[in-house]
Amino acid sequence: MRILAVFKRVVLEMLRDRRTLALMMFGPLLMLSLIWAIFQTNATQTTVLATQNVDASLVKAVDGTKHLKVVKIKKNKDQTARQLIRKHDYAGVLKEEHGRLTLTLANSNPSQSKLIRQGLSLAKIKLALQNQTRIIKQQQAMLQTLLAQLPATGRQLSVGSQSTAEKKVAVKYLYGSADSTYFDAIFPIMISFVVFFFVFLISGIALLRERTRGTLDRVLATPIRRGELIGGYILGYGTFAIVQTLIIVGFSIWIFKMQVLGSLSGVFLTNILVALVALTLGLLISAFAQSEFQMMQFVPIIVIPQILFSGLIPFDTMPHWLKLIGYCAPLYYGSTAMTNLIEKGAGLLQVGSELGILVGFAVLFIILNVLSLRKYRPV
Amino acid sequence: MENTIAITDLQIGYQQKPVVKNINLIVRPGEILGLLGPSGSGKTTLIRAIMGMIKPMSGTVRVFGQAMPNRHLLEKIGYMGQTDALYDTLTARENLQFFASLRKMPHQQTVAEIERVARVVSLQSFLDRRVADFSGGMKRRLSLAITLLGTSELLILDEPTVGIDPELRIQIWQELKQLAAAGKTILMTTHVMEDAEQATQLLMIRNGEAIAAGTPLDLKQRYAVDNVEEVFLKAGRIQDAHLSSL
Repeated sequence: MRILAVFKRVVLEMLRDRRTLALMMFGPLLMLSLIWAIFQTNATQTTVLATQNVDASLVKAVDGTKHLKVVKIKKNKDQTARQLIRKHDYAGVLKEEHGRLTLTLANSNPSQSKLIRQGLSLAKIKLALQNQTRIIKQQQAMLQTLLAQLPATGRQLSVGSQSTAEKKVAVKYLYGSADSTYFDAIFPIMISFVVFFFVFLISGIALLRERTRGTLDRVLATPIRRGELIGGYILGYGTFAIVQTLIIVGFSIWIFKMQVLGSLSGVFLTNILVALVALTLGLLISAFAQSEFQMMQFVPIIVIPQILFSGLIPFDTMPHWLKLIGYCAPLYYGSTAMTNLIEKGAGLLQVGSELGILVGFAVLFIILNVLSLRKYRPV
Repeated sequence: MENTIAITDLQIGYQQKPVVKNINLIVRPGEILGLLGPSGSGKTTLIRAIMGMIKPMSGTVRVFGQAMPNRHLLEKIGYMGQTDALYDTLTARENLQFFASLRKMPHQQTVAEIERVARVVSLQSFLDRRVADFSGGMKRRLSLAITLLGTSELLILDEPTVGIDPELRIQIWQELKQLAAAGKTILMTTHVMEDAEQATQLLMIRNGEAIAAGTPLDLKQRYAVDNVEEVFLKAGRIQDAHLSSL
């Protein structure tokens, strides 16, 4: 079998090229570990709001907001909000002058600005509620005294059940828990992304090298079928891609303690299919590159944009034409399947359509690969 | 006996621009055809058409009586390109094994063949070294060894003697002549005149056109010169004169 000859050679070459092998196996782990570490430390980031001359009860209410720290500035300090922010790197400064509140936001990090605005409006609601409760209590007290003066029959009349505002809300989570962070949402997506990225690059450069050093010509000067050559490549690099996927997913589950709510075998299968698509696409794209350098340049064109459609940015709210681009991105299906499997507890069957589309992509790319070799040999 | 290669009125080109024009050629079994011409004259393009790697714009290429391109005929053709086309991280033996397995050579035959071809190119003691450690000449020899694997009826060699020392060149020529004597056909491109003198037939190409063809002796007599190099120069001048008279 010629396909096995190609397979054996690819494996042998890869095993000899220790650096590429190490890069393929451990590069993704390094990348994921870094993402993991960054999100672990960033989860408890606090936003600092400076207040000057602000009503104490409001300050107290704002201070209760999660991840928001309030710093009080002396009344007599005569500095503008702008100067304060520049000097102390506050996320915002709240000043009260002549009964008017002025909030100045640094806005270098919009999510911090949002947190302050939300904190402030929540504090206002809290204060208003407290006010109302106080008034209700006063009225209740007044009513009680009035009731006491009434005949005994009227006393059953109870006044003012607990107000809705004071009711405790029990929160239940359909997916994840109260401890879920942004990291939990993006990690499954990042797994598929690194699998895609590394397999794409390595397989693409491998076939490219075969073109540039003339061995492709020599191989096609033998009676091998073009399909056998591509098949051998897929078998060879596919084997390494599967090992890589097992390492990455295993590492995520056992070291990063990623919780898979759905089918575990589905998670493996999804990434193996993502790797297969990356492999076949890498081989195909290498036909359009004349050097390793050009192959690298395809990364920002082919690989990076896919991450935009993988769920890091909400997909549902994108305009129609952007969605159409997203539907062409294999990673969109890979990460949708991953999110459903890991966070939403989906089973293998529930991600069947995504997996089917990934298989479709791989088949399409394999056919295009076989056709693209016509450039080297028309039969 | 059947012609190994028969080319009639061949035109080859990329994007409708002909690179090789009006080539007619017959090569019979046992012949060593030297394809002579400066770089860029269309030698490699002509070779690729014979291999069936390019489809001709017009005219026909027949190898062993069948029209090219034809994948199955490649079974009988040994090809050596201008670049060494080797897998650097593999050893010489592994390179030979890979190309032998693409020809579906049985295991025992492969072992014997590797020994035989390594002897021809004097690489016996380097078979288990990695190609990355080879010198330029050693790579060229290994590349030739891969071409000699098996029982190809036709060997197509693109500049096989580049970077090979004179002693080894004599050895390789001996092997090629033996193969030819055994009825195999050899087609080689070269721009080394010593190689050209050894060929049994010559085809000189200039600017994509054949300017002279025949045995070396024949050509020297026809152009009344002492060596093949002068035949080429004289034929080239005639081509220029013909072009300017148009």
